[in-house]
Amino acid sequence: MTRILDAQDVDDLAVGAWVLGTGGGGSPYLNHLNMQRIAAEGMQFELIDPQELDDKAKVAVVSTMGAPLVMQERLQDPRDVARAVEVMAEHTGSTFDAVMATEIGGSNAFQPLMASAHLGIPIVDADAMGRAYPEAQMTSFAIGGLQPWPLALVDPRGVEAIVTHVPTWKWMERASRALTIETGSMAATCKAPRSGVEVKRWGVANSMSFAIHLGAKVREARFEHEDPVAAVCSAANGRVLFTGKIVDVNRRTTGGFLRGVAKISGLDHYAGSEVELEFQNEWLVARIENDAIATVPHLICLLDATSGEAIGTETARYGQRVALIGISAPPLFLSSNGLEYVGPRAMGYDLDPVDPCP
Amino acid sequence: MRRIGIDVGGTNTDGALLDGEQVIETIKTPTTADVLGGIRKALEGVSHSDIGAVVIGTTQFTNAVVQRSNLNRVGFLRIGLPAGRSLPPLSGWPSDLAEAVRGETFLVRGGIEYDGRAFEELDEQAVIEAARQFADSGINAIVVAGSFSPIDTRQEIRTAELIAEHHPKAQVTVSHRLGQLGLLERENAAGLNACLLELAESVIAAFAAAIDQAGLGSQTRLFLTQNNGTLLRIKEAVKYPVLTFASGPTNSMRGAAALGGVDDGLVVDVGGTTADFGALVSGYPRQANAAVEVGGVRTLFQLPDVLSIGLGGGSRIHRNPFRIGPDSVGQQLVTEALAFGGSVPTLTDAAIAAGSLHVDGASRPDLPNADEVLNHAAKMIADGADRMKLSSLEVPLIAVGGGAFAVSDTMGGISEVVRPVHGDTANAIGAALAEVSGVVDRVFHDMGHDAAVSEAIHLATEDALASGADPTAVEVIEVEDLPLAYLPGDARRIRVRVVGPLESLHSSNG
Repeated sequence: MTRILDAQDVDDLAVGAWVLGTGGGGSPYLNHLNMQRIAAEGMQFELIDPQELDDKAKVAVVSTMGAPLVMQERLQDPRDVARAVEVMAEHTGSTFDAVMATEIGGSNAFQPLMASAHLGIPIVDADAMGRAYPEAQMTSFAIGGLQPWPLALVDPRGVEAIVTHVPTWKWMERASRALTIETGSMAATCKAPRSGVEVKRWGVANSMSFAIHLGAKVREARFEHEDPVAAVCSAANGRVLFTGKIVDVNRRTTGGFLRGVAKISGLDHYAGSEVELEFQNEWLVARIENDAIATVPHLICLLDATSGEAIGTETARYGQRVALIGISAPPLFLSSNGLEYVGPRAMGYDLDPVDPCP
Repeated sequence: MRRIGIDVGGTNTDGALLDGEQVIETIKTPTTADVLGGIRKALEGVSHSDIGAVVIGTTQFTNAVVQRSNLNRVGFLRIGLPAGRSLPPLSGWPSDLAEAVRGETFLVRGGIEYDGRAFEELDEQAVIEAARQFADSGINAIVVAGSFSPIDTRQEIRTAELIAEHHPKAQVTVSHRLGQLGLLERENAAGLNACLLELAESVIAAFAAAIDQAGLGSQTRLFLTQNNGTLLRIKEAVKYPVLTFASGPTNSMRGAAALGGVDDGLVVDVGGTTADFGALVSGYPRQANAAVEVGGVRTLFQLPDVLSIGLGGGSRIHRNPFRIGPDSVGQQLVTEALAFGGSVPTLTDAAIAAGSLHVDGASRPDLPNADEVLNHAAKMIADGADRMKLSSLEVPLIAVGGGAFAVSDTMGGISEVVRPVHGDTANAIGAALAEVSGVVDRVFHDMGHDAAVSEAIHLATEDALASGADPTAVEVIEVEDLPLAYLPGDARRIRVRVVGPLESLHSSNG
């Protein structure tokens, strides 16, 4: 089914993608503003169901790598994302039929819209994470053992690079991360191109329309003066795990990642207990006392208790009144191969995954 | 030496005369349409001998933006090409405000990287051409905003120099002076500032004239208060009127802290319609951290974290089902409440009926569930206080405002309830007590936590001293260290704020 995205969908995507960012992925605010300006000019975006892709269709997979702070100062231009796709097309010698997101969580959800606006190709309703993850190799395509190369990388000053070959997905993360840091910790990338059959087999299907749906439910709940947190849970088959206020946030950077622990002291019928929420760019493990109540790859989302707006690991602060919700991850991330890439042990926790919605 | 504090609010203009920290006199008078009438009245209402300073907190500049009135046109010069072209200045502004403010806009090559390297060298020729265009179009209020300018201010400063050289009438607002990291938000703050420059000139001249006419003497200095509860010199206020935004709640909480003798704890201001809770950290309001919209424009202004609930002295009591508020008779309390011969049962009626409040001219209404009402109101306030608290330790709660009778003397998690005299003019008292601040917010590299924080404290202290703080009494009141994801070299963003009393006032107070 093909769907046309309008200005309202663009607004809803910003809210839903930030929820699916599970604390990371960067605030979509600026990319949303970019797309609002383009949508206000009457531009519409065609969203196609992955099942309708021709097996041989060529799909560009886009994301911008880098530090959220740099994105706030450099203000990404959609043309740079489009340029990354063009550089890849020039390298492979064939044009793309459609474009899709690597990461539906956070600001990267807007990348395929940005490319589509300048290239005029449709967007595939899918991504490769179903949320945000800290590293570029943490994708369903890596779990599927698909080819990790080549990769095109572009910065606005005209630096254009191709990583032609790497032995593993992890090496692609390392090589592309090094290029990104050298260009000022922000670069648009076009990942290894995918065929229609690969996207159908390994993509996280319908994640873009799911993010838009989540955002729409939050908007409707606010309009009707209903509880937006409950609206998110009901739309995502999620569950409220805890409500309270943030009483401590302890952050440090190691190995280029923002790590730490946020402590939430319970309110209402959670009064008297405390959650410890561990993060590494994204919220990864939630514990009460020493028992994990939710872990990666399941989605742990921290929302403002009143507005339902997502709260990021960089923006969580003392005193915020929050609701912690859990959403089960898509099954493909729970296979033994999936857990090797995105399970608790892949992130350094000696834990089995805990599903918050058993 | 004495100080007069004046807070111009939406309803009332309050004045307070202080000697050191001691309150001598207070006055409450209705805010007049021209604002100055209320200020004159507040000045007349207190005695005039030995006044060292008059400190005014005003909502006029916020209101001008909210009402889109008295704004001048602004020219924007953004330094950052070839990046950022798709989000030019005024992106995300409400269209009516953007149309009221929009002059000409130029983007030029330049900008800084997160680590202080140049993103691109500044295109000085393009700056000169833009300056000439602004001059030809008669646009004098100009914003200069460059990427990562808080880390290296030189491109913005060089640009301002070139504009001054080629457009002598220009009044330039450089974004790094207003700020924090986040180019668009910083540029927005600079834009809001620039569109207020003409208004600032006339308002501040009028304030100065009112003080002259009041005959306070030539040694009296005039200040405005900033949103962080500290002083803004007149010379600065004319250039940076935007810094006065939302100083009202801050002044109120600062005043409550001083009156209650509490530096760390909670404040509740119970008015006619709402109860507003804030938290004090080292005598200053704890700041809210989300991006703040002013008049629909996104900024990163630091504003106090305030929780409002719909409970005040005028809140209506409902039956079936029983609840209090959130609707209120507000200013009509003295005509509509039962105790004043009206027909609406209010929280004030319950307190009078229960004998816990005595009001001249009020009769004791017949309200059989008065105790239930007061218990419920006390519980709502206790819940609000609990939501503002950050630790399980007991803290004091300062109760101010006309509805403070609804605050129970004992509640869980609260060590004591402090009810200061003059609590109803806490905002004017807070203005009179404002101190000088210095702020640093930037990224440090390869220094480690301790070295970076001490460097930031050093820079913030220099900033405060430049604004006239007493070097012997500067205190650090806020340190925030945020390590940055995906940046190499142990990069951390550090925000430090220091405050101190104004040197001349402090030393003359002994």
